[in-house]
Amino acid sequence: MQVDARHRFENFVTGSANHLAVAAAHAVAEQPGLTYNPLFVYSGSGLGKTHLIGAIGNLVLQKQPDLSVEYVTLDEFVEQLHAAIASNEGERFKQRYGRVDVLLLDDVQFLTGRRETQTELLRLLNALQGTGRQVVMTSDRPPSDIPDVDERLITRLSGGLIVDIGAPDYETRIAIMRAKCEERDVRFENGVIEELARLEFGNVRELQGALNKIIAMQTLGGQEVKPSQIRAMFGVEAAPPPKPPRRSSASMRKPSLDFQSFVSDIATAVAQHVDPWKIKVAEAVAYWSGEGYRTATLERLLQEGGPKADYESALRDYFTRVDQLHELEDHATAIDAALGGNDVFRDPERLGEAEALVNRATSGATPPPGPSAAFARDEFEVGPSNQLAVRAADAVIEEPGKKYNPLFVHGPSGVGKTHLVNAIGNEMINLSGGAAVVACVSAQQFMDELIAALQDGSVDRWRTRYRAADALVIDDVQFVAGKERTQEELFHVFNTLYGEGKQLVFASDRPPRQLDGLEERLRSRFEGGLVVEMQHPDPALRQKLYAHYLQRVETPERTALIAYLAERDVASVREVIGVVNRLVAAADMAGAQLTVALAKTELDSGLPVQHAPDAPAADGYFLDDDKIIWHLSDLGLRLIEDPK
Amino acid sequence: MSLVNYQTREITCKIVYYGPGRSGKTTNLHYIYGQVPRDRKGKMVSLATQTDRTLFFDFLPLDLGTISGFTTRFQLYTVPGQVYYQATRKLVLQGADGVVFVADSQARQLQENIESFQDLHQNLAEQSVDPRAIPLVIQYNKQDLPKDLILTPAELSDAINFRGVPDYPGDALHGPGVFETLRGISELVLRRLSAPSSARQG
Repeated sequence: MQVDARHRFENFVTGSANHLAVAAAHAVAEQPGLTYNPLFVYSGSGLGKTHLIGAIGNLVLQKQPDLSVEYVTLDEFVEQLHAAIASNEGERFKQRYGRVDVLLLDDVQFLTGRRETQTELLRLLNALQGTGRQVVMTSDRPPSDIPDVDERLITRLSGGLIVDIGAPDYETRIAIMRAKCEERDVRFENGVIEELARLEFGNVRELQGALNKIIAMQTLGGQEVKPSQIRAMFGVEAAPPPKPPRRSSASMRKPSLDFQSFVSDIATAVAQHVDPWKIKVAEAVAYWSGEGYRTATLERLLQEGGPKADYESALRDYFTRVDQLHELEDHATAIDAALGGNDVFRDPERLGEAEALVNRATSGATPPPGPSAAFARDEFEVGPSNQLAVRAADAVIEEPGKKYNPLFVHGPSGVGKTHLVNAIGNEMINLSGGAAVVACVSAQQFMDELIAALQDGSVDRWRTRYRAADALVIDDVQFVAGKERTQEELFHVFNTLYGEGKQLVFASDRPPRQLDGLEERLRSRFEGGLVVEMQHPDPALRQKLYAHYLQRVETPERTALIAYLAERDVASVREVIGVVNRLVAAADMAGAQLTVALAKTELDSGLPVQHAPDAPAADGYFLDDDKIIWHLSDLGLRLIEDPK
Repeated sequence: MSLVNYQTREITCKIVYYGPGRSGKTTNLHYIYGQVPRDRKGKMVSLATQTDRTLFFDFLPLDLGTISGFTTRFQLYTVPGQVYYQATRKLVLQGADGVVFVADSQARQLQENIESFQDLHQNLAEQSVDPRAIPLVIQYNKQDLPKDLILTPAELSDAINFRGVPDYPGDALHGPGVFETLRGISELVLRRLSAPSSARQG
């Protein structure tokens, strides 16, 4: 709302009853936000409160036209607030008032009982004063006498200067009426104004009413009003002997300066002698330390206190740094919520450290380990013993998260689980054009990372990494059995990813049901998708495997050799590789080409590599020294594999 | 020392009323105390003898409210005027931001005034305070007494105010001159705040 342009200091008559209020208002208008903030003016009705704050507004606009001045009565403020809330534009309302440089709030006594308005006003006052904006308020009583108002708001209202406007004295009444007569170009016979001024009027409005009445009498009645008529016109009996106007007597008996004027004079002196720039800096210190930022640089500026140090650039620099810290903090919390509120984000002098922290966090935010590129899907040989698993895997690759979620692959060691699950991960990445983030870890690695994260307090960051993945592949998941914390974390990661429709793949040496120490909640989740088994390689698969691994081996009898080898039972793909390596080594030792005969000699010379898992070759162990070697080798493989 | 603390937004001034015995220093404080609105005045501490002479010192904390955003507090002290309380006077004078010298206008007290004024200079010098630098005003009190008993402000000024500091006629008992004096010294003290030599901040 606009300030009434008629309300100016020039047409505000100053007397002893409003001297202080006018001086304060003037000071505020000259330096908004720097002298009395907030300025609280109170008086009975009709004594010029609204005129006075209007005058502040007009003078501010005259001196600094670029400032925004808002005049509003509390009633309108409440209405606007309600309208804003009703139309869901509360934020805009706040922003609108938050931008005002000088807020003139009239009739705040109506705050009584309006809790939400009080809250909003309190917030607004904090915001405005925190940024050095000026607030001026009027009321018909001092803040402490406004009933049912939040104590915090009362202290806010009382925090600046509280001045009252009293009823005008005789001289002021005359001055007011003369000013009015001049304004309206009316002249009265000598003594009329004085006679009217002798009547006691409670306020200026009544006085104006009375003046209007005699102006009307004179202009409409056509004859001059006489001083003697005045009392009769206003129904006042017998004139008392006219009191001489009170003058400050020259005698030493009458103190000419009282406490109020003394304070007002001191206020002027203080305003002259304190440094406005220091006030601004101190305000910034108060505001930002209130916001939790360290303000040592600004405090030093205050203490060094040179004559008007280059505070503006110092403040600008400070604000820029705070802004940067703010951005960095936002960035950091996006990576890891636990980083929010870190001390470095509160100290503009540690901007560098904050940057370093964010960099560290960002690098820590690199996606979790992905699948090993060595395991490609097209190198995975399929046979009846593993085709179910492979088909499930292909379905998962085709539509991650849709068909079999989670996919749980189990089977004995060395049958290609690791290869298959890594291949799923690789294919998902390939099909997404490299965009998909597939976390692919062994359970042991998952656990180690968790422990490390617990150690350096970055569990949140660690968790976020996994939760942000597009798919999760965990190999050897049997190792989480019995690890409570790991299961707990896995459970949450599982739920998050599953809830977002992301694919989960697990590999284990046993089906979930046989995993002792696996929590029921995880077991049921593992079983909720597809549990599929991979078995020992069947002859068809063995044939493919031998063909695959003998590809690079020179042999004149390739087909026969593969057929011969495929007939032999093996427990795992790993064993197939072991057989091929052994034959190649034997052929090297013999200095001959690898033939079926050589293979037969090597493999069937009483050493049954082909021990089925259910029939351990314990009996053959004692037959030949060589057996011990081969068994040891096999045992060694198992030993390495199991702890892994 | 007077303190403008921009961070806590406080201004604190210590003003000492100095002068010969019975010149009306405590009366000045009493008058101020009586004028201060109830919510603004602290408790006046007066240590007086049975005959109401200041034994140690008077202390009147004065809260001027928030001025220019600064919580402004004045601390008014008086020293015991009698010659033999020299030690107390020195103590009270320590850290003063301004001094009001209350002179007794009675003609027969002129010598006491001069001696006390010299005593003030001496005490300040002992505390390494430059008597010419510290804010100082003079009040010629008891101007309400019959004219034949007192000297006029002009005569007193000739006799005492050789430094030409601001001086005020006063009647501390009834009030005239009391706040003028306080305002005079306050302005001098505040003016020092912005002087480069007083860049002492907390």
